[in-house]
Amino acid sequence: RSIYRRCYPNLPADPTRCLCTSVLPDTLDRSSESFARNSEAMESLISQLHSHIQQVMKGGGPEAVKRNSSRNKLLPRERIYRLIDPGSSFLELSQLAGHELYDDPLPSGGIITGIGPVHGNLCMFVANDPTVKGGTYYPITIKKHLRAQEIAAQCRLPCMYLVDSGGAFFKAGLRRHSPDAFGTSSCTAGGAYIPAMADESVMVKGNGTIFLAGPPLVKAATGEEVSAEDLGGASVHCRTSGVSDYFAQDELHALAIGRNIMKNLHMAGNMGGQHLRMSDFKEPLYDVAELRAIAPTDLKQSFDIRSVISRIVDGSEFDEFKKLYGTTLVTGFARIFGQPVGIIGNNGILFNESALKGAHFIELCAQRNIPLIFLQNITGFMVGSKSEANGIAKAGAKMVMAVSCAKVPKITVVVGGSFGAGNYAMCGRAYSPNFMFFWPNARISVMGGAQAAGVLAQIERANRKKAGIPWSKEDEEKFKAGVVEAYEREGSAYYSTARLWDDGVIDPADTRKVLGLSIAASTNCKPEKTKYGVFRM
Amino acid sequence: SARDSVSRASGRIEKILIANRGEIACRIIRTAKRLGIRTVAVYSDADESSLHVKSADEAVRIGPPPARLSYLSATTIIEAASRTGAQAIHPGYGFLSESSEFAQLCEDEGFIFIGPPASAIRDMGDKSASKRIMGAAGVPLVPGYHGHEQDIELMKLEADRIGYPVLIKPTHGGGGKGMRIVQSPNDFADAFVGAQREAAASFGINTILLEKYITKPRHIEVQIFGDKHGSVIHLNERDCSVQRRHQKIIEEAPAPNISNDFRSHLGKAAVSAAKAVGYHNAGTVEFIVDTLTGEFYFMEMNTRLQVEHPVTEMIVGQDLVEWQIRVANGEPLPVTQSEVPLSGHAFEARIYAENVPKGFLPATGILHHYRPVQVSSEVRVETGVEQGDTVSMHYDPMIAKLVVWGEDRTGALMKMKDCLSKFQVAGLPTNIDFLLKLANHGAFATGEVETHFIDMHKDDLFIDPNDQLSKQQGYSAAIHGAAIAAACVCEKEHAATKESTLGNLSLWYANPPFRVNYSAKRTMELEWEDESSKGSSKVLPVHVTSLVKGKYLIEVGGSSFPGLELNVAHLRDHDFRVELGGVSMTVSIAVYQKDQMEHINIWHGSSHHHFKQRKGLDLADIDESYQKPASEASSSHPPGTVVAPMAGLVVKVLVQDGAKVAEGQPILVLEAMKMEHVVKAPSDGCISGLRLSAGQQVSDGTVLFTVKDE
Repeated sequence: RSIYRRCYPNLPADPTRCLCTSVLPDTLDRSSESFARNSEAMESLISQLHSHIQQVMKGGGPEAVKRNSSRNKLLPRERIYRLIDPGSSFLELSQLAGHELYDDPLPSGGIITGIGPVHGNLCMFVANDPTVKGGTYYPITIKKHLRAQEIAAQCRLPCMYLVDSGGAFFKAGLRRHSPDAFGTSSCTAGGAYIPAMADESVMVKGNGTIFLAGPPLVKAATGEEVSAEDLGGASVHCRTSGVSDYFAQDELHALAIGRNIMKNLHMAGNMGGQHLRMSDFKEPLYDVAELRAIAPTDLKQSFDIRSVISRIVDGSEFDEFKKLYGTTLVTGFARIFGQPVGIIGNNGILFNESALKGAHFIELCAQRNIPLIFLQNITGFMVGSKSEANGIAKAGAKMVMAVSCAKVPKITVVVGGSFGAGNYAMCGRAYSPNFMFFWPNARISVMGGAQAAGVLAQIERANRKKAGIPWSKEDEEKFKAGVVEAYEREGSAYYSTARLWDDGVIDPADTRKVLGLSIAASTNCKPEKTKYGVFRM
Repeated sequence: SARDSVSRASGRIEKILIANRGEIACRIIRTAKRLGIRTVAVYSDADESSLHVKSADEAVRIGPPPARLSYLSATTIIEAASRTGAQAIHPGYGFLSESSEFAQLCEDEGFIFIGPPASAIRDMGDKSASKRIMGAAGVPLVPGYHGHEQDIELMKLEADRIGYPVLIKPTHGGGGKGMRIVQSPNDFADAFVGAQREAAASFGINTILLEKYITKPRHIEVQIFGDKHGSVIHLNERDCSVQRRHQKIIEEAPAPNISNDFRSHLGKAAVSAAKAVGYHNAGTVEFIVDTLTGEFYFMEMNTRLQVEHPVTEMIVGQDLVEWQIRVANGEPLPVTQSEVPLSGHAFEARIYAENVPKGFLPATGILHHYRPVQVSSEVRVETGVEQGDTVSMHYDPMIAKLVVWGEDRTGALMKMKDCLSKFQVAGLPTNIDFLLKLANHGAFATGEVETHFIDMHKDDLFIDPNDQLSKQQGYSAAIHGAAIAAACVCEKEHAATKESTLGNLSLWYANPPFRVNYSAKRTMELEWEDESSKGSSKVLPVHVTSLVKGKYLIEVGGSSFPGLELNVAHLRDHDFRVELGGVSMTVSIAVYQKDQMEHINIWHGSSHHHFKQRKGLDLADIDESYQKPASEASSSHPPGTVVAPMAGLVVKVLVQDGAKVAEGQPILVLEAMKMEHVVKAPSDGCISGLRLSAGQQVSDGTVLFTVKDE
């Protein structure tokens, strides 16, 4: 009994009483070799993740940071922390955007995005980092900026832009989507339209300028000689041009005005902050940190997805749907921080039955307006003649259609592999989940590296045979190794997150919190009616 | 009238009007209530909702804030007494308490004046007359020569008679002009001629008086009490030597390091002094004691209840206000001289709103946070203010009197130090930290008190800017305080959100706040005023990382301060329990906003620190106490700008706008709380923007004028 208490401090005194149908049992063997091996492997992955994160937190490096503070400017994250409610959480997105993407490092893609509450209203923040390449826009910067707006549009979150861009590399065409508020430092050309298109904007005296062309270009174009402040300073835009609405004495003042703007925001149809108020909830019975020991880094190893679910849902209570049918897909209802969710997790390859079960469950959630959580660890749909004859394509199509049409918030976490068409059925990127996160061990590609090498080697051999070129065993092995190596690199979570294929790599131990925040952000808007196409029967 | 019939019926005072304000009014009301006597408070517009008004059974408005139009307006006060049917008037101390005219007026109008007879006030009010009366009654006076004959040879003989060192003083004028201290007969002639010349130049009259100069004086006073039946007793003495700007700040009873013999000599002299003027009710006879010779001399008599009367009450176990009322009723004194007890030792520390580094200038402001110590039979807090009250420029800036009693001096002192370190006032500068330093001083502990105490020990009491060691210690202590304060402020924010409508366990307001792949970290830039380098402040960048609930890692940028891990538990309101390195302690934090700054006060262990943090205030969140940033701007004024160092009245303007002045030249004189402050030119140049005239009121930080280079 005492050992029991030590292992499960959250369990009631009498464990037999809580083992009712909805509480997931603890199946984790903490003394097993795989537990130790997985923990160790995950530990090193996480320390690698943290070292990457620490690197990007430094922004453009000590010199640039020093220069920034000498201009009495705060760093973008500091600006955000002063805007969100004191002591509140901030769900930062795609921290490793631009990771090893260009010749020079571009920490966080040169722009910070994320969600946090201001006077109880959730907001999407988009903040240029002036210490990274002067806050200019690289392609990945634009992509990250647009992704933030996409999330904001999908979740109906107002956006706060903290513009401090020394001139854009690109002109960004912006959609007007939801109410925006905006604080600014410096923006030129394309960037100038951001404040101009915002609902309300704030400018900082001395530090903030907005113009379509800076003084040098003006001089070249018209011969007029004018200082930046006189051309497009806060005074000009707040007093004369009306381009900006609020005149701020300094940054702190501007941020205070920004908070005030959000306070006065009233969004019809929004649940009035109800989504922020969560009912009482129970913590999971099992330690969330043990998630680090569950996922194998060798994706060939299987694990029961319920051991993940039991560590992310309230009270480890999971009402499983169709438990005995299509067992490679686990479906069921649970709550995360009091918020109802439908969970779909992989426990192996998708068969006909699994896909049908998945489609059925998604329909249930869409009808009841319950957000869906996809826990991806999928190698794909079952292949082979038997499967094809059974109409796997038809069954898979049903699930894919259900996923793509369901108008409920969808959040995907890749906890293992994400291969092939399984990615579609499990709400991959193309199916517009509201948020998509990767565990550091996760891998994504159309198929596994070894399978791909096998397929490509077959094609290559056939081509060579046709051309009459001999192919030695060694050459073939080398070819295969090359493919495996490329898949290894390009299938990694970092390769994906650097390119914004997801919204960030997270520590497995944070999964519950990240999901909780993401659901709260996603349920900011009114429910929508789901309409499907034709289910091929 | 009805009033007369009431007093005739019982023969006793049943209703008192208190012609005063603040702590003394509250003090009198307390005793009156205990005795079942009804009370009437009077108040000026500035005191409309103050504690003494709330405590009294009835209250009458007597005029606008300036004292001469309210608390000094004798006729208005008499009228208030008539309207409310009070039979007696208690004047407290200050204001009208030593006005013989007022005492007379009370008697003429048929009210009992709770104090001495008007004649005694008059006799003792005139300094030279009182000395003549005392001399005649055999009370020792400071040896001196006050004659008309000014011949130098005669004066020299008088000086020899008095004994050196001798003080040469012009009979007219003041401010130390023409004063000379002569150590030996050889120097007498030169000094005398010099003093004469200076007196003639300054005052037009060159008459000189001589007095014995006392090198190491102590201020010891004796509490006396007389009834209307001719008996006068003394209630032992008080030592009030520790003074700043000629005002007492720490008083004690009995006086340390004196013999019982000396005590009874002092007492007898005081009783004879009182008897010589036909005294009754409470009074104090002040003596100057020459610590080198052990001689004591009469200085003056205060014909009222004094500020420091509680220390006497503590050692004799009596309520002097009750005695005052009994004597006024015509009752005899409750004890005889031989029955007067002397038990233990008591201290009183006066807590003032004042700016210690700026030469103890009085300060004004709002008491944003006011939490005096827990009172008991051995600890008294005499106060007239509550949290949220304003200490205004109109009256005395005393916030409270802390009175402690112990079985002996050491015990009492220990208690006083403990109480001072726990006495929480925030919102305006106070002298609490200074009082604590005084109390901790070695010479004070051994009772080596004298009137020059603060000046003599100034090196220990004020941080010497050149003393690197103590400067470094002060800095380290401030960093330590800032670290704890930052953690408590963060923890408090969580408590606040939890209580707000937002709270409700939402993950968005989790403690610690969530961040993706890192710990929530924030930087607070706490500005700390370094007392050792006057007026200059240091910004301490404090980085707070939230580890787990209630656990913080604090790092202070730009210092060699190692990171601190501490656990903070919010107890209630302002109180926290902080565990640091295995030791936990109670910490209090007070946070308020003023002049677009967030002020953070922290009391931890026996230390108190005050930090400021720049804040971009939410316009709607500015509380009512928000004031226009008048003083904040001082640093942003162009060079040469001179701002008012305190709130006060312009008494004199000495130069005209546009005048050429030299550095250090007096430009105008401000007055607040009986204290004059001369504002001088900071540099050579031309005065500009001087648009003040005598009689004008200025607030703290107002721009007075600018000195421009020519």
